[in-house]
Amino acid sequence: MLRLFSLLFFCVISFNASAAVSETQDNSALVALVEQLPSTKLNKMAPLIKAIAATSTPQVQDILQPLMTGDLYYLKSNKQVVAAHKNEQNQYQLTDVLTAEVLPAVAKSAIKKVRTNNRLRGQIRDLLANLDLTHQDKTVRLEAVKQLLQNPNQTGITSVTNLIKGEQDEQVRELMLVILLIDQLDTGSTAEKLSAAQQLSGRLESKVKNELVKQLDLLPEQPENEELRAVLSQSIDDIEQQATVYGLVENLFFGLSLGSVLLLAAIGLAITFGVMGVINMAHGEMMMLGAYTTYVIQQMFPNLIEYSLLMAVPAAFLVSGFVGVLIERGVIRFLKGRPLETLLATFGISLILQQLVRSVFSPLNRQVQAPQWMTGSLEINPMLSLTYNRLYIILFALMVFFSLLMILKKSSLGLHVRAVSQNRDMARALSIKSSWVDAITFGLGSGIAGIAGVALSQLTNVGPNLGQAYIIDSFLVVVFGGVGNLWGTLVAAMTMGTFNKFLEPSMGPVLSNIIVLVGLVLFIQKRPKGLFPQKGRSAD
Amino acid sequence: MKHLLNSPMVKKMSSLHFVIAILFISTFYVTLCNLVFPEGSLLHVSDYTVSLLGKYLCYALLALAVDLVWGYCGILSLGHGAFFALGGYAMGMYLMRQIGDRGVYGNPELPDFMVFLNWTELPWYWAGSDNAFVMILLVFAGPGLLAYIFGSLAFRSRVSGVYLSIMTQAMTYALLLSFFRNEMGFGGNNGLTDFKEIFGFSLQSPNTKLALFIATAVALAIGYAISHFIVNSKMGRVVTAIRDAEDRVRFVGYKPQHYKVWIFVVSAMLAGVAGALYVPQVGIINPGEFSPLNSIEIVIWVAIGGRGTLYGALVGAVVVSYAKTRFTAIMPEAWLFGLGGLFVLVTLLLPKGLAGLVSNLMDKVDPPSKAKQSEDPALQATTAENK
Repeated sequence: MLRLFSLLFFCVISFNASAAVSETQDNSALVALVEQLPSTKLNKMAPLIKAIAATSTPQVQDILQPLMTGDLYYLKSNKQVVAAHKNEQNQYQLTDVLTAEVLPAVAKSAIKKVRTNNRLRGQIRDLLANLDLTHQDKTVRLEAVKQLLQNPNQTGITSVTNLIKGEQDEQVRELMLVILLIDQLDTGSTAEKLSAAQQLSGRLESKVKNELVKQLDLLPEQPENEELRAVLSQSIDDIEQQATVYGLVENLFFGLSLGSVLLLAAIGLAITFGVMGVINMAHGEMMMLGAYTTYVIQQMFPNLIEYSLLMAVPAAFLVSGFVGVLIERGVIRFLKGRPLETLLATFGISLILQQLVRSVFSPLNRQVQAPQWMTGSLEINPMLSLTYNRLYIILFALMVFFSLLMILKKSSLGLHVRAVSQNRDMARALSIKSSWVDAITFGLGSGIAGIAGVALSQLTNVGPNLGQAYIIDSFLVVVFGGVGNLWGTLVAAMTMGTFNKFLEPSMGPVLSNIIVLVGLVLFIQKRPKGLFPQKGRSAD
Repeated sequence: MKHLLNSPMVKKMSSLHFVIAILFISTFYVTLCNLVFPEGSLLHVSDYTVSLLGKYLCYALLALAVDLVWGYCGILSLGHGAFFALGGYAMGMYLMRQIGDRGVYGNPELPDFMVFLNWTELPWYWAGSDNAFVMILLVFAGPGLLAYIFGSLAFRSRVSGVYLSIMTQAMTYALLLSFFRNEMGFGGNNGLTDFKEIFGFSLQSPNTKLALFIATAVALAIGYAISHFIVNSKMGRVVTAIRDAEDRVRFVGYKPQHYKVWIFVVSAMLAGVAGALYVPQVGIINPGEFSPLNSIEIVIWVAIGGRGTLYGALVGAVVVSYAKTRFTAIMPEAWLFGLGGLFVLVTLLLPKGLAGLVSNLMDKVDPPSKAKQSEDPALQATTAENK
């Protein structure tokens, strides 16, 4: 039923189907045309192809597509037209183009190619694109219209003129209108050009702007053209203005995504350094462990790449958290109140962890695959598209941030952590096991670093030095935001990220990085306690 | 042993004389063995060893600089490698200009990398770099100026402790990134290398190498004497007091920031001199010297040797560097394990480093307290024997 309906639909809207034709008639016409294919000379081919396309049957695609790619053959014995593909035994796998019936494979000698040339292939490409214009799936139609917008051709424009009234989808219709307007701008009278230029104002497709600029350049310097000239430049200005706005939005997006990476890297540190006051130079290596956990999980379950990241998040939390607890129990608890010594000892640990990873996984970078749902981008309009992996990183970072905030503010563990960080002796007097809380807090901070590592594995190379690249930035974020203040960390990370990305276009990535570093150092000189200093008695 | 330690001569000798004497004797010995004994002789010291020792002495001077600020003033600088590298670059620029037209491109004015970048003239900051006096001035002024600006900003706003450490690290990291850029005009990634001669002497000749080694030893001795003088002066007392209780020093009426800036600048200059002597001996300077890892390695020398004792810094630098040379040759894999382990163990078990260990042992041999005699019969017996 659906098939019949779609056929009818094709018939009604296709440009030469002024008279309704029945399916059988149509098919017999097509069969007759296809039978001519083997015997037609190259110079007579163009009208034949056009006629085939004009039948608007579902088989047209199956015939023209292989003809364009050079896969259309006919059997020497009975002139049956087939699509042929070479299989592993060097034989040709045949499919009848009319019935879609699969025929037994034959040797190369039994078939002969239907010849085409570049001009014909171009014609077929146009025809196929226009064929898609009437496709029942609107995404295919949209794609076809976009294609046509980029490479306009006369047949396409004619069909768009006919199709635009019957088009149901808003988006497709708009694009069709743009195509027609551009055509008008090209070929129409001055009045038509005027109205086209006015209507095109504010369209974001790059083609529109190019076309307007082209028209403006071509316009002869005559007084009667002044009005058109004014309208054209007005439209171009409008488009450029929009482009600047979207450029800013895109920069902001890049900045926020960089900020999210910084946030992820710094947030674990905000706990170990900010809340506990422990300088953990091995923090970067906790991230590295998280990234390697992702790698190991992908190696263990090669069939589940799509889910590997979801599995890696808890696994990385556990691995890094466990190592963190070990470090706290083994080293840090003996160095209470000696921050500089802690710094040195944890730096030693970071060297050991790096070398460990180097010995186990080799010093080379490891490839972590991106699952399908992380690739591609979300297209908001022709000038602005947001890549999914950056989008997910932003969401993920915010998720981690708010869950951590909840843990610290609402759970009893968080209460204990805050109590111990504010007044250890008093907390102990209230029967909080402070050493246990220390271990858990450090494990939590490290575990979150591990989670950050999972996210980083999607952005950078997974290698033994992964953590080192982030450690200085993370410390700066925490200090910039104000030690012991999670909200400060959020603001600081996003500010740093956005600053970096806004400086980058004019200065290049390295210089903008340097400027941000220097700027931060100067800022800390002015406000040593960061953006949001802790107030009250616990401040010192 | 006891006898020797108690002899009036040793008692009168301060650590300054002791260190300088050891430096003098070992330098003399190495020079003698290098020049007098022929190759293949058991006592011969090869040219390679001379260069290696020269490198160690540079490290020792660098460690001394870090010890001065960390051990005596409590400023844990994780960016002293930057001063070292700046001194090195100052020397490198001079050496680069000494190549003259013997470079690959044969340009008498411009170093090779500038020709390669299609530059037509020297950048302004290379002006006068072919003059030895300007070079010496730069070796002091470059690191000194950076230390002055950084220090006066940081110490005036009372940034201290861990914050300061992280900021120094950020400083050297920013410099690392900048020097990697070709546009900086310091050779970018490759740095400055391919040197030919210094003050007109070929860098390849063994005699020049020996002379550089001796010069380094002399510089170290002078540096040590200066540091010794500083820490024992009235100013040094204030500096130590700042380390122990900065607020009290401020309340008493001193301005700690002035002292801190001052000692930071002196220390940076010492590090710069170490870098300047290092470059001709290893034949290259590149941005890698700015890497934060290098700076932290310096700190571990001092920590292992024993901070707060000037000689400890020297011992630490030489011992750890020697261990590094040996271990990276025998089993390169194990070196980072070893270094990392050292960090952890020293901070946990030897907070005062090797020097602390030695002085503990000395105290056991010769307890400082008056009531020592009755404490340990065994010790008493050995003491009696020695007498």
